[in-house]
Amino acid sequence: MGTLSAPDALRLAGGALAANRRRSLLIGLATAIGVAAVVLLASLGEGAQRFVTGQFEALGTNLLVVMPGRNETTGGPPPVLGTTPRDLTIDDAYALTQWRDIVDIAPVMVGNAPVSVASGLEREVNVLGTTASMETLRHLEVVQGRFLPAGDPKRGAAVCVLGEELREALFAGEAAVGRWVRVADRRFRVVGVLRDTGVSIGTDFDDLVIVPVASAQMLFDRESLFRIIAAVRPGADLAAASAAVHDIIAARHEGEDDVTVITQDSVVETLGRIVGTITLGVAAISGVSLAVAGILIMNVMLVAVTQRRAEIGLLKALGARTTDVRNLFLLEAVMLAAGGALAGLAVGLTGALAVGAWYPAFPVATPRWAMATAVGVAVVTGLVFGVVPARRAAALEAVDALSRR
Amino acid sequence: MAPSAAAGVAPPLIALEGVTRSFAVGDSVVNAVDGIDLVIGAGEYLSIMGPSGSGKSTLLNLVALLDRPSTGAYRFDGQDVVGLDDDALAAIRRESIGFVFQSFHLVPRLTAAGNIELPLTLAGVAAAARRERVAATLAAMDLADRADHRPSELSGGQRQRVAIARAMVTAPRLLLADEPTGNLDSHSGTQVVELLEGLWRDQGVTLVVVTHDAALGRRARRRIRLVDGRIDADVRD
Repeated sequence: MGTLSAPDALRLAGGALAANRRRSLLIGLATAIGVAAVVLLASLGEGAQRFVTGQFEALGTNLLVVMPGRNETTGGPPPVLGTTPRDLTIDDAYALTQWRDIVDIAPVMVGNAPVSVASGLEREVNVLGTTASMETLRHLEVVQGRFLPAGDPKRGAAVCVLGEELREALFAGEAAVGRWVRVADRRFRVVGVLRDTGVSIGTDFDDLVIVPVASAQMLFDRESLFRIIAAVRPGADLAAASAAVHDIIAARHEGEDDVTVITQDSVVETLGRIVGTITLGVAAISGVSLAVAGILIMNVMLVAVTQRRAEIGLLKALGARTTDVRNLFLLEAVMLAAGGALAGLAVGLTGALAVGAWYPAFPVATPRWAMATAVGVAVVTGLVFGVVPARRAAALEAVDALSRR
Repeated sequence: MAPSAAAGVAPPLIALEGVTRSFAVGDSVVNAVDGIDLVIGAGEYLSIMGPSGSGKSTLLNLVALLDRPSTGAYRFDGQDVVGLDDDALAAIRRESIGFVFQSFHLVPRLTAAGNIELPLTLAGVAAAARRERVAATLAAMDLADRADHRPSELSGGQRQRVAIARAMVTAPRLLLADEPTGNLDSHSGTQVVELLEGLWRDQGVTLVVVTHDAALGRRARRRIRLVDGRIDADVRD
């Protein structure tokens, strides 16, 4: 004669769970909520990560962004003379094209100014000063008219391009191209309107006005650029281009290498890492609910052991081995956890799909690791928290367990 | 003492020698079973009687291999069982001992057939063979029409018959009944007793009935009376 077989053990444990349907469902629900939370949050996090990465990759990963000032910490005592970096000028920007792999540049000035129209409507918006190159560098789309005209970047024409949101605010349904707007104390003729981009990381291109960089310098009475965006030939060495930028600027700034150059690659990578870390953190926090579910499982199994003393004693009298009894109760705990986990997985995936259907722009995706981890942790939790009740059941003396009537 | 042992052909089914089982009660030690020598041959029908606290249940648990003697020797079917571990004892219970309890101890969520099947499941009998044996046992106990009923849907007498069917489905050599009629009315009680005796008579199972019901105890061919953990009388027809 053999002993209790695995399929029979499963059937017996399942039968015990089915006999306490409400209790089993409630405890399964606790696990399900935990798993669903982990899966859903991880899906949203993964979506956020893809969204961020996607946004930046849409901008092109072959861009260098040059900013005035160094963001490195250097040792030693502070220098006696001032450390204020030199201004980054339009000439600095065009000097970068000396490097063979830098194919285009766009100087950037950013400020804030009230924009108004003849009707009296006024709105405080971002003003972006740049050149015609910006259109290709940032993949901007013009839906009405055209972008800033090419020409000498030092000559500020009185023209501007509006973001779609700003156009709507100022002109509502009317045509904007050809109309005049007043930015601070200067008038600009609208030559184009940008496509509605929806959501965007970095600069919001919907609610702004773009003017020639020289006009922006006059508007804000400032020489210094906010950024220089440089496009590197696709496939060229970004690190070498970055080093060249430092060299060129240093040569123009009396030997001071006083700019910071960042590549889109590193930005994407850093942001991706940050969002990934946040996702992991949030998923881990929601994973705490799995531990709570585990404690609930332990509690309910301890109660079950007490309630089913007679049954345990009977099983032993009928010849169940200690390990059989232990395995039966362990199986119950694990089946509770696994059943809840699978239900939670289904709910989590459905939730992720629903979010994806609701916000198509948000690339929700459920990472495999999240599914595997959530279900795995839930089952392991059931196993771990099931050990104590199962051992207690197995340790019951048949005589004692049967004698209570 | 027992004829089979004297003949030396086969060992007695049960041989207790100087068996004591003591419990610590507070500061003192109580010998619930106090130096009992008892030999039961295969095929005997024996009742163990005695007042409450006389050690009946303790003796039954010892015989049933659910408990171990504090001192003394116990040979089951010739095998020394005192030194065996729990799993080995479980194996003997699985294969050779059937139990009938006063309070039936049926699993409430399982049907009659499911309860009867339980010992076979624990013994790892294949599902097809289990079904066959359960069906045969149900028929033999006149319970075929109750196969799918749960214990709560059965009368007391029917429940005890299911319990007896469960005890007998593995064809054990020893059938232990602890107050089998204790929770039954006299009519059902009589039916249950007749069923047990029929199994003893027709299938040759060794039947040990523990009871304090004198009428039930008197029916056995051999009657043991316990007082204070010792055998006070051992009478046979």
